[in-house]
Amino acid sequence: MEHKVKTPLFHLAKRTGIAPSWAWLIRLSSILVALVIGSLAIAITGNQPIPAYRTLLEGALGNEAFRRQTVKMAVPLLGCALAIAPCFKMRFWNIGAEGQITAGALAATLMVRLFAAKLSALPLLLLMAIAAILGGGLWGLIPGFFKAKWNTNETLFTLMMNYIIIGVVAWLQAGPWEARQGRMAQFPANACLPKVLGVHCGWIIVLVLAVLIHVYMKYTKHGYEISVIGDSMRTAQYAGMNVGRIMMRTMFLSGAISGLVGFIVASGANNTLAKDIAGGVGFTSITVAWLSQLNAFAMILISLMLAILTKGASTLQTQMGVPAAISDIITGLLLFCMLGCEFFINFRIVFRGSRPEKGGKQG
Amino acid sequence: MSEEFAIELKHLTKRFGAITANDDVSLGLRRGEILALLGENGSGKTTLMNMLAGIYQPDGGEIYADGHPISIRSPRDAYAHKIGMIHQHYKLVNVFSAAENIVLGLSDEKKLDLKQTNARVAEICARYGFDVDPKKKVYDMSVSEKQTLEIVKILYRGADILILDEPTAVLTPQETTKLFAILRNMRRDNKAIVIITHKLNEVMEISDKVAVLRKGKYIGTVNTAETDAQKLTDMMVGHSVTLNIDRPIFDAPVDRLRVKGLTCYDAEHVKKLDRVTFTARGGEILGIAGIAGSGQKELLECVAGLCPVAEGSIEYDPPEGGSVELVGLTPMQIRRHGVALAFVPEDRLGMGLVGSMGMTGNMMLRSWKRGKNPFVNRRQPKALAEKVLTDLEVVTPGIDFPVRRLSGGNVQKVLVGREIASSPNVLMSAYAVRGLDINTSYTIYNLMTEQKMKGCAVVFVGEDLDVLLELCDRILVLCGGRVSGVVDARTATKEEIGLMMTSHGEEAEAHGA
Repeated sequence: MEHKVKTPLFHLAKRTGIAPSWAWLIRLSSILVALVIGSLAIAITGNQPIPAYRTLLEGALGNEAFRRQTVKMAVPLLGCALAIAPCFKMRFWNIGAEGQITAGALAATLMVRLFAAKLSALPLLLLMAIAAILGGGLWGLIPGFFKAKWNTNETLFTLMMNYIIIGVVAWLQAGPWEARQGRMAQFPANACLPKVLGVHCGWIIVLVLAVLIHVYMKYTKHGYEISVIGDSMRTAQYAGMNVGRIMMRTMFLSGAISGLVGFIVASGANNTLAKDIAGGVGFTSITVAWLSQLNAFAMILISLMLAILTKGASTLQTQMGVPAAISDIITGLLLFCMLGCEFFINFRIVFRGSRPEKGGKQG
Repeated sequence: MSEEFAIELKHLTKRFGAITANDDVSLGLRRGEILALLGENGSGKTTLMNMLAGIYQPDGGEIYADGHPISIRSPRDAYAHKIGMIHQHYKLVNVFSAAENIVLGLSDEKKLDLKQTNARVAEICARYGFDVDPKKKVYDMSVSEKQTLEIVKILYRGADILILDEPTAVLTPQETTKLFAILRNMRRDNKAIVIITHKLNEVMEISDKVAVLRKGKYIGTVNTAETDAQKLTDMMVGHSVTLNIDRPIFDAPVDRLRVKGLTCYDAEHVKKLDRVTFTARGGEILGIAGIAGSGQKELLECVAGLCPVAEGSIEYDPPEGGSVELVGLTPMQIRRHGVALAFVPEDRLGMGLVGSMGMTGNMMLRSWKRGKNPFVNRRQPKALAEKVLTDLEVVTPGIDFPVRRLSGGNVQKVLVGREIASSPNVLMSAYAVRGLDINTSYTIYNLMTEQKMKGCAVVFVGEDLDVLLELCDRILVLCGGRVSGVVDARTATKEEIGLMMTSHGEEAEAHGA
């Protein structure tokens, strides 16, 4: 015959309406798939995957001290994810949280240097927090202003702002503010956040923030404006919104929260300022925000999950000699699988010869 | 029996998720015949033809070419079977010349020989009566020239089964006549031609047979000579509909919006409006006709405060008396000045609505700012959403179901419903019935007339001249950003307006265009 009939092996079909339970099953299995692939990586290092995973869990949650450290790691991740959520909702790609944390920590440290001798703990801490909010907010406002006025690329701008502020702190650390051996002095006791249940009280602050951000995004006029801009800038203008002003305001807010996180890390966790104070949290929190689909409460879980992975992996390294980088690999796999599984929630693969799914109710 | 068909479709089915776009459609195309594929928007006409053009894979059913089963997995396969499709949105490379576009993607030539191409193009043009300059760049071409180029491109590739998707949607009446003459030449040359359309008068004029689709299902094929517009509509819709638009007369029209010497430029500093002057009256529907992109969009956006005005004035006369100058005001300031202006923009989801939100969230788009409370008020928008839902019979799974996932007609009902609910004194709409089914279209026409009878000044930008002539009181014709005239819709003819669409008043005579 002249024309041979060949149908492709499979093709994709979009699904509408998937049962929520089925969608969650797909999401759960994506985590499982990530862990299975991750076990290959562990096996390559010459270890048994299952004991390794057990050690990892125990290393993160096995005892009181481990749990405290895990929570301590989760606090800035959560805080920062909450900070960037409004920007991302607006489709303003703020990847400058790293710099905004540093700016906040720098402003807080300046307050310590100026007023630590004159003020008692509570007013000093409050002053530090306010300074951090303003410092981080300003660092976020600058790219917001340029975007609003001249439509600059916010991704590059916020990224570059990171390097500037980190450079400033590096200079202070090795120069004017150096205490010894290229380090700054520890904060005095009245500049350190008090502990609650064994961990600095930053965890309470970020949990309260999670509720506030949830309410802000969902029930306020500001939140509504942000959602509309994120959906369509033209629609926002049509509705009479001042898009530029809303952008600047949201970037200030985002920077301010990141700045507050900077204060929490400097005052609560590190008790000092260093150029690597943000330590990549500003970037990891993008993962957190994305995986939780900008849901404030999901962010609590995701930030804990990533903290468990990171903390557990360091234990894994000391106890079993598995490189701690394994946690990065697993995190990467989790991100890949969890984001990738959304594809299977939206599409169906139809193989050649398989019986087509019944049309069901027509849309 | 099937031997006489150039292409035969048997039991084709295509699904997109839960939506069945084509349900068990069987259809045959003959050579030397023009088949009109008729159906409302969303009835699956384009999907069906896309399966012939290799864009989609059928989920079930077979395609036969001259009696042999074939599989078309890509546009290249389609060409191998001599099937060519002219899509609604042209697939041309802007910076290439006509000849370059024609040979683009052809691999059989050993080396690019534009001279030979030009000769063949000239031969095709002579045969069917085309007018194509092979050296002309696509960005210099008018819409109708681009369409001609698409047809030549497909003939060059040897197609003798041609599918044209809504070919007349962007053409003036004169250009349509020219296209139809070419189609008749091709029919004489024994080509099989399918034109996808939903315009009944064109079906009656050009086709030999009409195949009707309704909601993805094949309803039947009839000989054009044995049917009429009313019968075809009934087949398309599934029940009887009256095709007349009611045009009552409002007693005392008053000037509501006075636009004088309006000039504006786009972001690239191209002049989009050139000294546009007109008056919209309360109690009147002012139609705006013109080829797509003649400044219709900019005109409405200037009035709405969304497009910067370079020169001119827009004065709004409220019924209470006095006058407000709208130039220089932002949309929010316009609202604060108490100007009851409603605007149904062309880009419904990209400008008029928030696709990811439900009806309530979209009703809020007008009221969100009210009050000093930092929290949004959802109660009133929700009540309004429920009212629009029942008044306009919006079909949605729920009031909070994202409007992006509603059908085109329902999206438009949400938008128009919200705008009308603000009891406007000026109602502007751009392409308000584009993509809507017949029933919804008539709902929209009726809503416009209803507003007019309430004394609202309705500005209706439209593309279907037949509708404009039936619906409007006066029609303003735009050409290249300039007003080429305002005519009385009760006495004007389609040809008259078509001519005005392509030439400005005095210039027409000077250039003989």
